[in-house]
Amino acid sequence: MTNEELKIKLTELLSSATFEEGTDPIAIGWVNLFIAPAEWKPFAQQLRSTEGLDFDFLFCVTCIDWKTHLTMVYHLTSTKHRHTIVVKSKLDRTKPEIETVCDIWRTAEFHEREQAEMFGVNFLNHPDLRKLILTDDFEGFPLRKDFEDPINMIKL
Amino acid sequence: MWSLGNITQSVDAWLNEAFSPAIALLIEFVIVGTMAISLFAILGLVLVMMERKVSAYMQIRLGPNRVGPKGMFQTFADTIKLLLKEGLTPTGSDKFLFNLAPVIAIISAMLLLAPIAFAKDFQMWDLNIGVLYVSAISSVAVISILMAGWSSNNKYSLLGAMRSGAQIVSYELSAGLSILAIVVLVGSLKMSDIVASQETGWWLFKGHIPALIAFVTFIIAATAETNRAPFDLAEAESELTAGFHTEYSGMRFALFFLAEYVNIFIVCAIGATLFLGGWMPFHIGQLEAFNHVMDFIPSSLWFFGKTFFLIFVIMWFRWTFPRLRIDQLLNLEWKYLLPISMFNLLLATAIAIMGWHF
Amino acid sequence: MLEEVSVIDQGDMIINIGPQHPSTHGVLQLVVTLNGETIKKVEPHLGYIHRSIEKMCESLSYRQFIYVTSRMDYLSSHINNHGCALCVEKGLQIELPERAKVIRVLMDELTRIASHELWWGAMAMDLGAFTPFFLAFRERETITDIMEDTCGARLTMNYIVPGGVMADLHPDFQRKVKAFIKLFREKADQYNELVTGNIIFQSRMKNVGILSKEDAISYGCTGPTARGSGVNCDIRKLYPYEIYDKLKFDEILETGCDSFSRYLVRVKEMYQSISIIEQLIDNIPEGDFQAKTKAVLKLPKGEFYTRVETARGELGVYIVSEGGTTPYRIKFRSPGFSNLSALNHMAKGGKIGDLVAMMGTLDLVIPDIDR
Repeated sequence: MTNEELKIKLTELLSSATFEEGTDPIAIGWVNLFIAPAEWKPFAQQLRSTEGLDFDFLFCVTCIDWKTHLTMVYHLTSTKHRHTIVVKSKLDRTKPEIETVCDIWRTAEFHEREQAEMFGVNFLNHPDLRKLILTDDFEGFPLRKDFEDPINMIKL
Repeated sequence: MWSLGNITQSVDAWLNEAFSPAIALLIEFVIVGTMAISLFAILGLVLVMMERKVSAYMQIRLGPNRVGPKGMFQTFADTIKLLLKEGLTPTGSDKFLFNLAPVIAIISAMLLLAPIAFAKDFQMWDLNIGVLYVSAISSVAVISILMAGWSSNNKYSLLGAMRSGAQIVSYELSAGLSILAIVVLVGSLKMSDIVASQETGWWLFKGHIPALIAFVTFIIAATAETNRAPFDLAEAESELTAGFHTEYSGMRFALFFLAEYVNIFIVCAIGATLFLGGWMPFHIGQLEAFNHVMDFIPSSLWFFGKTFFLIFVIMWFRWTFPRLRIDQLLNLEWKYLLPISMFNLLLATAIAIMGWHF
Repeated sequence: MLEEVSVIDQGDMIINIGPQHPSTHGVLQLVVTLNGETIKKVEPHLGYIHRSIEKMCESLSYRQFIYVTSRMDYLSSHINNHGCALCVEKGLQIELPERAKVIRVLMDELTRIASHELWWGAMAMDLGAFTPFFLAFRERETITDIMEDTCGARLTMNYIVPGGVMADLHPDFQRKVKAFIKLFREKADQYNELVTGNIIFQSRMKNVGILSKEDAISYGCTGPTARGSGVNCDIRKLYPYEIYDKLKFDEILETGCDSFSRYLVRVKEMYQSISIIEQLIDNIPEGDFQAKTKAVLKLPKGEFYTRVETARGELGVYIVSEGGTTPYRIKFRSPGFSNLSALNHMAKGGKIGDLVAMMGTLDLVIPDIDR
């Protein structure tokens, strides 16, 4: 499916989604769309199961700290139709919460755990949101911009 | 002619002349004991060195080559290192059993030396149930492994010990049955009778197909009983780090290590005795000239040559094959080897009754 | 859909495999729940070699951060560098000289062979056969020698930089690579005979660690792990970069879904890589090995994502730039991380011996997972 067709289809599914237009040289040409965190779970379900979309492969889950808010970025592709979209969702920085999608794409379980400990995002209904990489008693969220560690961090 | 048998006889005669029979017997006990222990030490050194060299040549490397000429003293250095190391006993272990286990391993290995005929007329104890004795004592070794695994208070050890228990108990059966096939052909359990019966040819050649099948089964079962790869599930270093001896260090580890190598020697010696004629030279039926030439080679050389050939074969297995999984290991025994060796025993009996063997 | 988290009954044994264990190939800790020998649950604990490379990169310039990425997947460090360089080039819209592209692809494929060789040896060692490890290292050594000539390093090459490659090829490069191709073709068949054809080896791998096609996609598996389950996921074919679209090679697919098909995929991939090298080695175009770039690189504001095929699967490099000299946020989508998440699913119901075989076929490199 081409990007234009994808956009039409996606707007049908979720009218409140806004598309990020080519203000930047995103040469890859993937459709970028913004959604509200509360809409994510049902929308994800639809992305996975809607005929013609079949986004079955979640290959990257990222969180970005914009100092004013956090943005969750999900890269989705379809192994059947070979189209890719990027779904973004702005989270409140003081209380970042979003629904988990690890029952839709099971790879999300690990990726969400990683983002949860690095950024402090609370993935609701995640089955096992313990720390995966950091030690259990680690305090703070190291990949946030305001994280300071005078001992281990090297500033250049 | 010079032979080990003549030397023992002259020593025996001299001792009986010089002392009363009771004291002479005591002195003989001491001599035999010392010789058994020194054989142990020498076997440990030689076999470890052999294993390292064999594996090195199979793996395109040189192996130990720094200590002494061609690295021959490497094992001495290792022994000294092991002797000087601190033997740790983990907290939470059953200390008595933990310390007892390596001793049992080494004692059971040592007991097995008794009925082996090293050369013509050179045997510690030619008891009339020699082969049965070997089968019986060799199953004691499993107790030491279970003991070590259980008492270490380590899960890896426990898993290794349980695997080993299942494995040795199973493979004991086909080892026993393959030995029985030869016993049926010979008609005696006595080691000297078995060797004597092979004067006209080794059972491997004389015994037709049953002996061949029994030989293959015996080699497989022997490899499994000594916990060697591809059946080294009790150690399985890529799965259980070191299996039953994970917690052992220093000399107690060395005792397990030594027992393993001596066990290899013993099963190979028994294999050589049963199938390859023990110390009996290679004879071909009526070829008198050929047989005479063969007789000039000392019988002890024949025995050790055959044994070390079998040891080499077992080492070859180890450095070639991957390890089996526990269920495959037990399948191999209970579904294939055991039925085959039972059927083979019947076949051997038929051949023995009909006198079809040479 | 999600499996029950708590499955522990009385009589189950919980055993820590790793972080110091011979077959975890590094510092991976697996908490395994066992019933006898049967695995009920595998729970990976990561982070023993976590260096937060993503955070480090945020304070390094676009020329500097590539050196850090060599330390992620150290067995295919070349391809890591390649992915990062591609991402920076995409942002700056640098057009590479042909020669640089060919050199990059050649190095990538050599790295892939080296990585698969090491995996092959380690895999056999996991299953208890020691000898293949030494055999594999002999061939790998030849490749590291070739790398040393040109790149000056044997493991973390840091040879690919934004705009091309660091230095020109060593004069001996072509001769040595040709000698290697000859050696590889000779030895690889022997090794196949020794290991692939071995009945114990096959019975240890077949019908073990089943990962169906749907599961492979759902768990985000890529690379040989997914291709062993019949998933088309070779980035070189699907989203060709550099000159891969002009080369003749096959994407290896096996549909056995078990450890053995993952094994076969990797073995056959080595042959494909050799054939790619054969196509290129005599046709390295003359010219510059580096495009002209500015001394200080500044990516325009925006987001850039590139994917490359490493020896373990798809490496994604996601750079969010605010227009400065350093990335605002960088994310590495490492192949091992997703592949590892499928381990619990695969291992359930198997034996401990199977677990080791499965970890072997996943080809885990821990720094790649932890980053």
